[in-house]
Amino acid sequence: MKHARLVWKNLTRNKRRSILTVLSVGVALFLFAALQSVLTALDATSEVGSESRLITRNATGIVFPLPEAYTQRLRAVDGVEAVSWANWFGGTYIDSRNYFAQFAVDEETFFPMYPEIQIDPTQLEAFNGEKSGAIVGQGLMERFGWSLGQTIVLQGTIFPGDWEFVIRGVYEPDNPSFGDENMYFHYDYLFENSGEAATPGWFIIRPSDPNLATEVAARIDGSFENSSDPTQTETEKAFQAGFVTMWGNVGFLVRAIGTAVFFAILLVAANTMMMSSRERISEVAVLKTLGYRDGLLSRLVVAESLAISVAGGVIGLAAASVMLRNNEMLGSILPGYTVLPSTMLQGLAIAIVLGLISGLVPARQAARLSVVDALRRVA
Amino acid sequence: MKIPILYNLRSLRARPTATLTTALGMALVVAVFIGMMALSIGFQAALVETGSTENILVLRRGADSELSSGINRDVANAIAALPFVAKDADGEPLISPETFVVVGLERRNGGMANVVIRGISPKAFDVRNGIRITEGRTFRPGSGEIIVGATLVKRIPNTEIGESLRFAGRDWEVVGHFEAGGSSFESEVWGENELFMPVFRGEVFQTIALRMEDPSAFEGVVETLEADPRLAVDAQLEREFYANQGTLLGDLLRFLAVFIAGVMAIGAVFGAVNTMYSAVNSRAPEIGVLLALGFKPRSVLASFVVESMLIALLGGLIGCLIALPINGLVTSTTNWNSFSEVAFAFRVTPPLLLAGIVFALVMGVIGGFLPARRAAKRPVVEALREVGS
Repeated sequence: MKHARLVWKNLTRNKRRSILTVLSVGVALFLFAALQSVLTALDATSEVGSESRLITRNATGIVFPLPEAYTQRLRAVDGVEAVSWANWFGGTYIDSRNYFAQFAVDEETFFPMYPEIQIDPTQLEAFNGEKSGAIVGQGLMERFGWSLGQTIVLQGTIFPGDWEFVIRGVYEPDNPSFGDENMYFHYDYLFENSGEAATPGWFIIRPSDPNLATEVAARIDGSFENSSDPTQTETEKAFQAGFVTMWGNVGFLVRAIGTAVFFAILLVAANTMMMSSRERISEVAVLKTLGYRDGLLSRLVVAESLAISVAGGVIGLAAASVMLRNNEMLGSILPGYTVLPSTMLQGLAIAIVLGLISGLVPARQAARLSVVDALRRVA
Repeated sequence: MKIPILYNLRSLRARPTATLTTALGMALVVAVFIGMMALSIGFQAALVETGSTENILVLRRGADSELSSGINRDVANAIAALPFVAKDADGEPLISPETFVVVGLERRNGGMANVVIRGISPKAFDVRNGIRITEGRTFRPGSGEIIVGATLVKRIPNTEIGESLRFAGRDWEVVGHFEAGGSSFESEVWGENELFMPVFRGEVFQTIALRMEDPSAFEGVVETLEADPRLAVDAQLEREFYANQGTLLGDLLRFLAVFIAGVMAIGAVFGAVNTMYSAVNSRAPEIGVLLALGFKPRSVLASFVVESMLIALLGGLIGCLIALPINGLVTSTTNWNSFSEVAFAFRVTPPLLLAGIVFALVMGVIGGFLPARRAAKRPVVEALREVGS
């Protein structure tokens, strides 16, 4: 530690250079935190599905509905405790850019199945009492400036026509990854007005014993194997994870960019350190003549680069934390987007690695420096 | 008078490490920029090229995707009889009423892919340009045969010619592979509409693609179709319909490309500033000599900015080289409009490479300006004094 002052003096000798390098490391780690958080948010989305709920859908494809009569047959399957069903509505609010998800649900069975959807009991009652009632997430209310009791009109894309809904309830999710921008309304309302035969898009099953979920899933699919519409049943978690993979190889993309960012900034930091040490060749020679050991001189260089890069890391990660954590705009694009503590720790580790590597070459140069050659240059 | 560029080139060669590390840092920024833009361009191109400017796509009124549309046979017949539909040599209308569904198929590397199964009329190959059977032949009507898009063959098993692909509870014999100019059709399975109808959604088509007699009059065609109360349809230029499906994700990717590369560029520019300041400082005597020789401070400024731009140019070129191999690389994502997986290739186009180089040069100018100004502002006496010391 007694050399800390020397390191500090070296750092502050060319303030502009040190500051610029610190900032470029900061920018890199800001970017790292921003990108890594996309991955953690996507992971959280695939985790949000419950392992104790099963989703049964048409085996041919998710866009094919299932017969309503399956409700009774599903209830009769051994190990099934409760059955609910839902449909994707796919309506547009004014403009197709105002995208949000709408589900037609069987109110009696659906909400008890989803404790994640937290809603005031009196609001739920009001919703149940109104055919065209809707329950809307808090985030959606804020996004469109809606108020309780307001009537909204959606244009159906799958179910043609203009659809009126009265907002009777507002829910909050118990976990941000669940998303607070969904809308739920009555399944019966949908099919009483669509002129089509009622067909659930998918069923949600609660097995009596969550540990037997996979067995129950197999039993369900087995019992429909030879029906007109065979089913595919999996845990809700697997079902959700399937949706996340539909985006494509986001993980690879993020990692590729992250690697490029790392190396780009590594080059900047390493270049800075090399420039600094080149300018100090004569000083290092003097220190050597004064009896400073090679190892110590290397460590001084590494300490300096480490200081730069850790300072940059702290600044960049702090900025990411302030700007990106619980950012509402990002959260509405990607529910649950936030900078996790684990991401911050990873970032710090990267900063340390960056500091060590960028100091490596100049540190070796300092250690290997021949005093005679160097001093000759001084003269 | 201008200071010769050779001076800068030699100066750069005198400091190879600083020049190369700075250039490489910029190269990586440019590579990320080009890579992400190539992703966006590739995705959008795949969708844009799916549609033709000579065709009209008809959907049920209010339907925003092929999936949610439904058109009855009598409507299809009525449209086929309309005068603006182009006719082939035999006088048959060039119209393809199509069924469109998405089924889940197992991928080669595990997991499920949502794949479009399109039932087409025999006229579809005349309505749509650029569909080319690359292997095998097309399906025979009434036979339960299918043809498979080229990119799908690589991703989904049981799609080789002679193999049977199972979906909707029965087997379908693969008799051909087709290409469609890299468009999203290549991610689809095609078969006969009449055969798919009963299997999937009953007596209803999803969309109608028709070739116009006179493509320049498409606005009138759209108007006539949408105004006809018997039909209750929406009509769009086919190209526009498919292009719109790529806008949202394409724009998002482009925004990300600019954002990520822009933030990275800040870091790289700081690196360039450091390098150039170091260059300016270590060459104080040279600058003094230049000024004493009568070169204007403006020329010195220009010379150092040029030097910084040369580093950036090198970086830009290396960046292009790093990014080039991803051209043609096929990846896939979901077209959320049709809920199906679409494969597309990264497209590194010449204008994109140029944009990458311009991006690098901008970094060079920004990074070089302040250090160059310091060089130009240095009083001659002070600079020359350093020569003596």
